[in-house]
Amino acid sequence: MKRILSLLLIALWLVMGAVAADEPYGYPFDNKYVATVVGTPPKYMADLPKTIPVKNRSITIFPDRQVPDYLWYESEMRYSYVAQKGPAPLVFLIAGTGSPYNSSKNQDMARAFYQAGFHVVSLSSPTYPNFIVSASSTGVPGHAYKDAEDLYRAMERIWDTLKDKIQVTDFYVTGYSLGGFNTAFVTLLDEQKQVFRFKKALLINPPVRLYDSISLLDRMLENIPGGVDNFALFYNKLVTQVGKVYERSKSVDFDDEFLYQAFDAVNPNNEELAALIGVSFRISSANLVFTSDLMTNYGFVKPRNVTFTKNSSPGVYGKVSMRVGFTDYFHAYFYPYFHAMDPSVTRQQLIDEMSLTAIEDYLHKTKKIEVMTNADDIILEPGQVHFFTRVFGDRAKIYPKGGHCGNMGYRDNVAYMVNVFRK
Amino acid sequence: MKPNYKNLAQYSLIVVAVLLLGACSTAPIQKGDVIEEPYFAPQDVLVPGTTYISDQIPDPWEGFNRTMYRFNYRFDKYFFLPVVRGYKAVVPDVAQEGVHNFFNNIRDITTLINSALQLSAKKTFITTGRLMVNTTVGLLGLIDVASSIDLPRQLEDFGQTLGYWGVGTGPYLVLPIYGPSNLRDTTGLLTDSMAMSTIDPLNLDGHPSSQVAYYTLYPIDTRAHVSFRYYETGSPFEYEFVRMLYTTKRKMDIEK
Repeated sequence: MKRILSLLLIALWLVMGAVAADEPYGYPFDNKYVATVVGTPPKYMADLPKTIPVKNRSITIFPDRQVPDYLWYESEMRYSYVAQKGPAPLVFLIAGTGSPYNSSKNQDMARAFYQAGFHVVSLSSPTYPNFIVSASSTGVPGHAYKDAEDLYRAMERIWDTLKDKIQVTDFYVTGYSLGGFNTAFVTLLDEQKQVFRFKKALLINPPVRLYDSISLLDRMLENIPGGVDNFALFYNKLVTQVGKVYERSKSVDFDDEFLYQAFDAVNPNNEELAALIGVSFRISSANLVFTSDLMTNYGFVKPRNVTFTKNSSPGVYGKVSMRVGFTDYFHAYFYPYFHAMDPSVTRQQLIDEMSLTAIEDYLHKTKKIEVMTNADDIILEPGQVHFFTRVFGDRAKIYPKGGHCGNMGYRDNVAYMVNVFRK
Repeated sequence: MKPNYKNLAQYSLIVVAVLLLGACSTAPIQKGDVIEEPYFAPQDVLVPGTTYISDQIPDPWEGFNRTMYRFNYRFDKYFFLPVVRGYKAVVPDVAQEGVHNFFNNIRDITTLINSALQLSAKKTFITTGRLMVNTTVGLLGLIDVASSIDLPRQLEDFGQTLGYWGVGTGPYLVLPIYGPSNLRDTTGLLTDSMAMSTIDPLNLDGHPSSQVAYYTLYPIDTRAHVSFRYYETGSPFEYEFVRMLYTTKRKMDIEK
């Protein structure tokens, strides 16, 4: 009898174990646009400390750099770090397209890694205006190799200021979106420079071919009814809808609680959500092209013989910046700029080089780099996600849903990303 | 009780400064007579007849506003935020919460007056209830009991009252220290502040030490609860974005 009982218990335990292993992925949104826009609602988030002792700092990267008057406040590169008391491994975080070192995703990751016992240094994306002005060697961001060099230089400078204050056992690097793409090239550069000898790197929701992803993102704006010229109408309609929810709401601020409530009530359809994503990336590209043009005086949107003062209004040139996309930037500025530096480079070569496929052999061979992404990531072309399983094998974790970075805050994902560096 | 003439004098100075600096140019400097066309020239890219949100907000004092925006950044960076950080480091969280509730309770008087002026029975009723509950059970406002018994905080001011009765925004205006505003809301701010000086609920008049405490703690508490930081959006169009968001938020507040 006792034996039967224990057999039964074992059987039960096995069944339950099997159930637990097969438990479906619990991230709540099946719709990739909703996931991308809303992210992870609080009750699904990993349990992380609310506040950690983050230090915000700024550092001069190029002492001789002349910063244009209009961008006077961007002369130093801003970053943050949070340090453990004793010796610990250190993680560098690289933000996504157009995002700062203190983007909400970087902050969440910093909390997760700090809780897991890591020192954390957070960096802006090389496409973020502050980085373009203070830390980019060319002022023309988006180049896989040049951006990696700029990031590496910034990391070295930061490490110079930190190495007397904190004890580091090993170095790690990770980033999301474009920051994930940057992470791959930074790790590759590290093989040659050997300053950090990264033990592991994690690419989170990276693009495969940059040009494919920027084309997809530019096209998302076509979801604004009537196109980008009708943006004011689209905005005003959205404001009216949100305003109606606000009238009935108990909130007097646009806090997270209210925004979730507004999202539920407005219940935007896929086209509207795609349009919102498109607008968000367009703001990033407008910030990028205008800042870059001021830095190089290339004459892309701003006339070369016009100079902005501290008090200048961007005026029509600001409006033009909002009307040109990433692909316009690539063809009419980025390519001509790098072609002028090296006349042998063709447009197609530049497109092909700005891609993880260009370093496929390295990515396949190295055991250092892992990937965490989603089967429904909106910045990937159909089928492009298979690149990761093919090249990284079991170093690629593909979640069934989550859109673009929507599930990064979800508890399973947070546990996974921390574990990659703990192994 | 005398109205606060000191405030009035301060703001008259601002108005004079606006008139003086409003003429300050926001045009970029052009070398030579002819503009060298950029790759994407405005006349080729911008479709005539397009509505732009940035054009819907009158900003004739942009030169002054941009100067003031920079001043506020520096004031924040070198004085205001360090003081706020010190306050947060030294004062226990519970005490900070109490101070915040206390000022919110005082602020409810302004909401009450303006709810009445907007003929809103519901808001007047809720806010009266809040003031009564929080001032008594909530120990002179230190604890926000009302919010937990379904008397949610309303937020009304004279700028909203003017808007409610159909007064337009007037020109956009960046106030020193206070930040984004417009002529209507600044008028509202002045009116509310004079009304409060007249009512003087804390009996500050003739009590210099209370005055010092009030006028020191109130701005610190307010800044501690505003997460906005100048030049942190990272956008070279931040001035325009802030102008748009401020105007949108106020429009929604008036409709609420």
